Amino acid sequence: MSQLVHPLEKFVRPGMESRIWCSGCSNGIVLNEFLRAVDELGLDTSKMVLVSGIGCAGRASGYVDMDGFHATHGRAIPVAVGIKVAKPELNVVVISGDGDLFSIGGNHFLHAARRNVGIKVICINNFNYGMTGGQAGPTTPMGAFLTTTPYGNIENPLNLVQLAAAVGATYVARWTAFHVGRIKNSIKKALMKKGFAFIEVVGICPEQYGRRQKMPRPMDMMMWFKKSSVISRELDPSKAEFTQERIVVGEFVDVERPEYTELIRGQINSIIEKLEKEGKATDVEI
Amino acid sequence: MRRDVLTGSYFTLGDIACAEGALAAGCRFFAGYPITPATEVAEHMARRMPEVGGVYIQMEDEIASIASVIGASYAGLKAMTATSGPGFSLMQENIGLAVMTEAPLVIVNVMRGGPSTGQPTRGGQQDVMQAKWGSHGDYEIIAFAPSSVQEMFDLTIEAFNCSERFRCPAFVLADENVGHLREKLVIPEPHEIKLVERKRPKCDPREYSPFKPDEDLIPPMAHFGEGFRFYATGLTHNERGLPRTVDPEVHAKLVRRLNEKIRRHAREIIRVEKLYLDDADVCVIAYGIVSRSAASAVRLAREKGIKAGLLKLVTVWPFPNEEVLRISEGVKRIIVCEMNEGQILREVERCNKCSRISFIPKLGGEIHTPREILSAIKGGS
Repeated sequence: MSQLVHPLEKFVRPGMESRIWCSGCSNGIVLNEFLRAVDELGLDTSKMVLVSGIGCAGRASGYVDMDGFHATHGRAIPVAVGIKVAKPELNVVVISGDGDLFSIGGNHFLHAARRNVGIKVICINNFNYGMTGGQAGPTTPMGAFLTTTPYGNIENPLNLVQLAAAVGATYVARWTAFHVGRIKNSIKKALMKKGFAFIEVVGICPEQYGRRQKMPRPMDMMMWFKKSSVISRELDPSKAEFTQERIVVGEFVDVERPEYTELIRGQINSIIEKLEKEGKATDVEI
Repeated sequence: MRRDVLTGSYFTLGDIACAEGALAAGCRFFAGYPITPATEVAEHMARRMPEVGGVYIQMEDEIASIASVIGASYAGLKAMTATSGPGFSLMQENIGLAVMTEAPLVIVNVMRGGPSTGQPTRGGQQDVMQAKWGSHGDYEIIAFAPSSVQEMFDLTIEAFNCSERFRCPAFVLADENVGHLREKLVIPEPHEIKLVERKRPKCDPREYSPFKPDEDLIPPMAHFGEGFRFYATGLTHNERGLPRTVDPEVHAKLVRRLNEKIRRHAREIIRVEKLYLDDADVCVIAYGIVSRSAASAVRLAREKGIKAGLLKLVTVWPFPNEEVLRISEGVKRIIVCEMNEGQILREVERCNKCSRISFIPKLGGEIHTPREILSAIKGGS
């Protein structure tokens, strides 16, 4: 009798028996979508590196049978930049959370996008620091109750799509965990993109976020996303509204700009060519 | 024609000699952030790195610099960053990450006066203890303290060799005085420069355990993109590289190995230079720029018939415990000279068995004069 094997089983890292993700967490949905995208594109996974930071989503890099690096809190992007710049032929992907990428690691996001380093960043936005037990973060909605906002959050949340667009990402999309299939299609696009690509997936966190906002069951947050999300058909980040009542999803940026590692290689090649032509070891005074 | 080893004699800056040393050592990735008095290393790398086919990247801060250096090291390049006190402070967390993930890399710290922004343009030796203990957790580190422009070149190569050999971060702890010193530099022929490369796995990729050490406690290192499909994490991990964060045995075994791989090879790493120590009654201990004043003072003392000697620390970490212990048994007095309030002094006190120890601190960016040290040698205080 033939054994039934999950079609994505081949992507699971041998020896990783257990996952830390809670029941009802949508991190698995996003990871599935990522792996389906890789599978459908037929990418050589030995030429892919998955980098992540700290937090629930940050564990993704350990679960997949690719080269992976689990960095310090907030530092997935600069590690990924180092890998990409050193070996531009690799497809370097960052999967991490909203706190990791946009609070402690916010500065790195701005500059990697500005430089247009050809890494792909997938942010699972679950509105809170889940692993440490549900603290407020940079995307926590106004008024939300978390362990560090016991009287309601009074800070304005970041709009990740508009931020990414403003700092120069060449591909920007937002979906929620409800939009299975569309997430995958966006990841496929991002993986084939030359420049810096960013995808926000609004995620379900029933344990730490939902239950404190009167949405205790996983389906409660899913129904919220289903009810509130509106698909934008325009490549216009100004339309990327994000409120409790209205979450605009879709693709918001899809442009081409010169990619960083190609620019570096271009400079290196012309400098070496000039030296060789002139028969010199250096043009620099020591 | 070699573009990475520019054989010849030069009159140049310590920071530039450091950058040339890195290139000669095979460094092909530099990430940094401008900071006085280390900026010249970055500026020289920005000009020179493309000439040797390597990458210079100016990152958004020092945290990003060290993080990208770790990434580049895992992608297979010899990589380096250069900074000074404030930037070194920012790097501490990822120094721990480099220790834990056993990433070979070099960090140059051209030391200025602190705490905080302190004295950006003046020299100091105030980061010596931070270099050893700055990141959290138990770890061993390798640090060289150059005292001349030539040593900025030579010891940067040594730092690369040690980082590659032991799979750990290695530091060049230069003081500003040496970083900004201009004097003679001789770059040797390429064949005269001994280079060490990290140990690489020979096994089938599917059999590879990224943190399984050989007899020498050092695991062979695969690079990303070579088909090994391995994982590295700052979490406590087993030999497969997989997180095992609540198993006391896994944690103890890992941390002990990370320490032991340096401690067991300490004799191979440690370098000291001795001047007139064979019959000395008084031993001056110094490193970096101060060792030059100390050498002058010891020579002046000898001219006056005083049996003084010098122990110059070329490596400050690992600390030469045995050397200092042996010296303390043979001399009557030890004089420690440092441009700080007493950092290596504590190590000397720890190793001392019999001698009286006196200390000459120096703050503000001034170097000890030979006369000051001579007066301490004569004074007997």
